[in-house]
Amino acid sequence: MIGERKIRVLIAKPGLDSHDRGAKIVARALRDAGMEVIYTGLRQTPEQIVETAIQEDVDVIGLSILSGAHNTLFPRIMELLKQKGLTDVLVVAGGIIPDEDIPKLKEIGIKGFFGPGTPTDKIVRFILENTPKRREIS
Amino acid sequence: MFDREEIDKIIKERERWEKTTLPKWINTRPERKNVFTNLSGIPIKRVYTPEDIKDMDYMRDLGFPGEYPFTRGLHATMYRGRLWTMRQFSGYGTAEQTNQRFKYLLKEGETGLSIAFDYPTIRGYDSDHPMARGEVGVCGVAVSSLKDMEILFDGIPLDKVTTSMTINGPAAMLLAMYIAVGDKQGVPREKLGGTTQNDMLKEFFAQKLIIFPPKPSVKLVTDIIEYCAKHLPKWNPISISGYHIREAGANAVQELAFTLYDGITYVESCLERGMKVDDFAPRLSFFFAAHNDFFEEIAKFRAARRLWAKIMKERFHAKNPRSMWMRMHVQTAGFTLTAQQPLNNIIRVTIQALAAVLGGTQSLHTNSFDEALALPSEQAVRIALRTQQIIAHESGVANTVDPLAGSYYVETLTNEMEEKAMEYIQKIDDMGGAIAAIEKGFFQKEIADSAYKYQKEIDEKKRIIVGVNEYSTEEKYPIEILRIDPKVEEEQIARLQKLRRERDNRKVKEVLEKLHYAAEKNVNLMPTIIDAVKAYATLGEICDVLRKVYGEYKELIVI
Repeated sequence: MIGERKIRVLIAKPGLDSHDRGAKIVARALRDAGMEVIYTGLRQTPEQIVETAIQEDVDVIGLSILSGAHNTLFPRIMELLKQKGLTDVLVVAGGIIPDEDIPKLKEIGIKGFFGPGTPTDKIVRFILENTPKRREIS
Repeated sequence: MFDREEIDKIIKERERWEKTTLPKWINTRPERKNVFTNLSGIPIKRVYTPEDIKDMDYMRDLGFPGEYPFTRGLHATMYRGRLWTMRQFSGYGTAEQTNQRFKYLLKEGETGLSIAFDYPTIRGYDSDHPMARGEVGVCGVAVSSLKDMEILFDGIPLDKVTTSMTINGPAAMLLAMYIAVGDKQGVPREKLGGTTQNDMLKEFFAQKLIIFPPKPSVKLVTDIIEYCAKHLPKWNPISISGYHIREAGANAVQELAFTLYDGITYVESCLERGMKVDDFAPRLSFFFAAHNDFFEEIAKFRAARRLWAKIMKERFHAKNPRSMWMRMHVQTAGFTLTAQQPLNNIIRVTIQALAAVLGGTQSLHTNSFDEALALPSEQAVRIALRTQQIIAHESGVANTVDPLAGSYYVETLTNEMEEKAMEYIQKIDDMGGAIAAIEKGFFQKEIADSAYKYQKEIDEKKRIIVGVNEYSTEEKYPIEILRIDPKVEEEQIARLQKLRRERDNRKVKEVLEKLHYAAEKNVNLMPTIIDAVKAYATLGEICDVLRKVYGEYKELIVI
């Protein structure tokens, strides 16, 4: 039987900060919108995040960070994704990311940014519209 | 507080009013909502009257300020005597930079310092640990060894200031470093004044900056309380914190109940160790958030004081009234700050700060309006401090004690907050206590559910946040962002590595072995940790020894 598989999303917390309120709310909202959501928990290294993305075969990675270390950690994550050939995964980010940092992060392939005050349905819509379609035999 | 006859008359009048006056108004001018609720979901009535507080007894439930049950305040004169302490949290970059900032604040008249540590320090990692990459000095100051602490307090006599340290997992190590600096400056330990947050329980379900599992974590907390009771009489060994519980998503009732339950757990842990309640309870302190719902917050602070006093008296049989004191620090709720139209946050912070003052706090931190975007700029920090000063000197609210006492609404709400918190406390008792509740994921689930509910209400516009889901504009507010130079990380790592080369490494090995032995023997670790930091063993090395003995906590994920 051929069926459209559910969008699989990894919500990941890189870095050492522990502000997980937003990440958990987004995880729940995406799940309520019919996606399969894997949440890594706190304090994940770029290596761990990419490893989980491979093992869970996800379509989307949502990175949540509020510690200010995004300019160090995001490039590392994007580099590892490239090395492992995960170039078709949609990567989006949320947390405290100053506007002026966004162009550089877009250049390295992060597609969407959702700062404080974003309604959850906006994130859902963005993911539905931008996730590469995949079909699989189930 | 009213006689029966008077209440009966009021009830009759209310019934008449509901039949005559009220319908006319409702028919021509329907109410904005069918049900009004506060953030804890408590329904708010249209109007409150003496009927709502008919069962209250003035002396039993309110009394006079400075007397049990302390609903009206801890001190008889409150802010007529002394204003609350205005204590602003700061720290960034290297120890040198934060030392400069401290000296500036002291010159400006502050006497209370409050240190923000960076994430690697908070997590018990040295600055050169692989997990520390990109985080050194970013969200606070990096302290990896006594060397850094010496620089942090260079030229600042520890008997002239009080220092609050927001530190939990490695609280024992940072306090040991502070004591060691005091020893070097020749300041007697009994003169050291300040606070270590040192509240690990809330870390497991709210702030989640954790190193060791719950039981050894509470053991270390208790070590500090016990050590301070004996040697640091002016130190607040713990600040039992609801702030992070609220920020993680709890509502006001949950914040109140879970914080008090954590307090109960620490008291029990100290009693189990054979300490006498009146020997340590007077030094316990608390920390709450001030959120948006003005009267709910005021009621929460008043209820918190009364409930803690009752718990200490009835549950733990404290005799010294000071053991029944809930001394509190309040910070305006960071979560309520919006990135959109950031200047609006000045108004939010003002209302929140006013609630804290009307609630009778001992100390207050007001957030800066730009903190939803980055670390605060100097201008924003100044406005935050000025907000407190305007409330203190211009508004007149500090001229009398507990001005809202006797308000039918505020007293009803105070009673409701207390009752609902007691229901939770009963429930957690039945569950087997705080650690059992953590292990079951009870707190985590309660908080996650409340956080999600709050977000849904905003998404569905059941709750209006000005500038976010209503009254929004496209206009962007330009802000200057405080950036941490990546050189900070390099410099800090270089200093640390130099220290490791130059110190007496045989001595370090010896103190760390002693620590390992002491940790296995289950004795109070404070003296051994002080010896270790004095030999310049690093924070990471000390934590690693304890990681070996206690294990590392693995997060229980509850979405």
